[in-house]
Amino acid sequence: MTDLTQMRRGERGKVVKIEGGFGLLRRLEALGIRKGVEVTKASAQIMRGPITLKAGNTEVAIGYGMARRVFVELE
Amino acid sequence: MKRILLMGNPNVGKSVVFTRLTGVNVITSNYPGTTVEFRKGYMRLEDERAEVIDVPGTYTLEPTSRAEEVAVEMLENACKEEGTLVINIVDATNLERNLNLTLQLLKRDIPVIVALNLWDETRHTGISINVEKLQGMLGVPVVPTVAVTGEGIKRLVDRLREARKGRYEYEDNERWHKVGKVIEETQRVGHRHHTFLERLAEASITPFTGIPIALIVISTTFKIIRFIGEGLIGYVFEPLFDKLWMPVMAKLSLVLGGGGFIHDILIGQLIDGEIDFGQSFGILTTGIFIPIGAVLPYIFAFYLVLNFLEDSGYLPRLAILVDKIMHQLGLHGMAIIPMMLGLGCNVPGALATRVLETRRERFIGATLMAIAIPCMAQIAMIVGLIGEYGAKGMGLVFGTLFIVWFVLGVLMNLLLKGESPEIFVEIPPYRIPYFGALTKKLWMRIKGFLKEALPFVLLGVFIVNILYSLKVIDFLGKVTAPVITRVLGLPIEAVAALVIGFLRKDVAVGMLAPLGLSLKQIVVSCVVLAMYFPCVATFAVLVKELGVKDMLKSAIIMILSALLVGGLLNLIL
Repeated sequence: MTDLTQMRRGERGKVVKIEGGFGLLRRLEALGIRKGVEVTKASAQIMRGPITLKAGNTEVAIGYGMARRVFVELE
Repeated sequence: MKRILLMGNPNVGKSVVFTRLTGVNVITSNYPGTTVEFRKGYMRLEDERAEVIDVPGTYTLEPTSRAEEVAVEMLENACKEEGTLVINIVDATNLERNLNLTLQLLKRDIPVIVALNLWDETRHTGISINVEKLQGMLGVPVVPTVAVTGEGIKRLVDRLREARKGRYEYEDNERWHKVGKVIEETQRVGHRHHTFLERLAEASITPFTGIPIALIVISTTFKIIRFIGEGLIGYVFEPLFDKLWMPVMAKLSLVLGGGGFIHDILIGQLIDGEIDFGQSFGILTTGIFIPIGAVLPYIFAFYLVLNFLEDSGYLPRLAILVDKIMHQLGLHGMAIIPMMLGLGCNVPGALATRVLETRRERFIGATLMAIAIPCMAQIAMIVGLIGEYGAKGMGLVFGTLFIVWFVLGVLMNLLLKGESPEIFVEIPPYRIPYFGALTKKLWMRIKGFLKEALPFVLLGVFIVNILYSLKVIDFLGKVTAPVITRVLGLPIEAVAALVIGFLRKDVAVGMLAPLGLSLKQIVVSCVVLAMYFPCVATFAVLVKELGVKDMLKSAIIMILSALLVGGLLNLIL
């Protein structure tokens, strides 16, 4: 199990845990990112910038702090 | 009267459908959050007038932001009324995520019809959706549409009366499970190759390639704006004014006797016995020349390029790349959008601060934009004024403003209580903009400029004349002389420009032309004019957006920093 910031670009994994408050869970869920969903890391910016990931056809950019709280099981 | 709510996720094309239904043109783009206010329009429905409301986009009816709260409130009010219905606009290429909202809507006490928009894009993304089956499972009509071309809109309207309340039963905690089931039954995703646009999309957010791409895009943007702006002025507008308008004005001047009150108001002062469109300052000479001859070409060029950037989907990607820098200013990457719009006109820039989530961010964003982002009208006039000094003069003015933007942002971030949230944004796919949509938006924005700016410019020029003839400017000049001359090193006549700057910044910059200022004085006065206070139109919007108390705080920051920066420039240049 690893968090989104540790994933390499292009890697795929299944979301297994999201640590965080109800607000974060709900915002991620609204964009279709929730437990059990497969995500691909699309990019990371330098110096702990935002992480972009793809879930299905949706591409989302989230801050580094949020990305650290989303854990995936790599394929 | 019937009322129709357009609801759906952000950036699925609700505003395009709105325009199709009502004929009311609204600004649409390819990024989430273009619609920050709801808009109303009307359409004919079975010989009855129906009200259509374009609701800001929302991912869920359990709101996570202020904009989503607004959307949910509007829905709840509509549920209480008779004769209302919801057109749920769904992005067919993102069916799963969009159905989450659809299922929530189906539980509300209001008839729903689904528009499966962006239908054309499913074909080349390898998605096939069984519309009949989807309709059967949801229990409400589902109509495929391509709003940008108008495909399917007529069928959508024909089937509006079939809209019905949802009967789809489920427990809230198994909603995603239900969505999954619907998807499994109705959607097939085929294999497909990566398209060129997808590769480009990837390259533009990978730092190694993305940063060079961003630099190229930004520098090309400014080069194109300058090339088109200058070209239009030099080859079209100046010749038109000189060859066509000048003879008419010269005749009128003769008829009016070459002087006197009426002559001064309409034609203005003769410079060496001749009319000078830049300096005479009559309503029909300078008053017409500033907005049409000097500013309009740049407005045209700017929006031509901005519209393309907006509709292509590049802006959210730029937001990701600059996110880290924006965090130093207490903002996040999406703040690039109000800043970019502010370069055109500060009014839409101020409205666009709503893409930011917290009050603190909106305060910092709006204040920075109002202080350090000159609008295109002002930029065009500054370029005209300082152009003869070349890159050095422009560099001094715009370089100073950029430094102010950054330093002031860092300071506000340090001094204001609270933290700023992280970026959280959906990135739309790149789309090749439709030519028709681009030109329509360009025309809307130019019409907007002419309608909003022209009366104010004419009023401004008129007031200048009145103030001069009533000796008000002389009086103000004497009162403010210590600040104007000692601190800023400007001639006291410059006070007139500062007075008019409250009304229109382009006219104010134009008023500097006859003063015979040195380069240093031009730099100081242009920077101070940009910073010290927003024009009246921007001020009104800022009061609405920030509230009176925060606007007052913002105004104090503006005035103090303008004096400080102006004084410093006066000392060191």
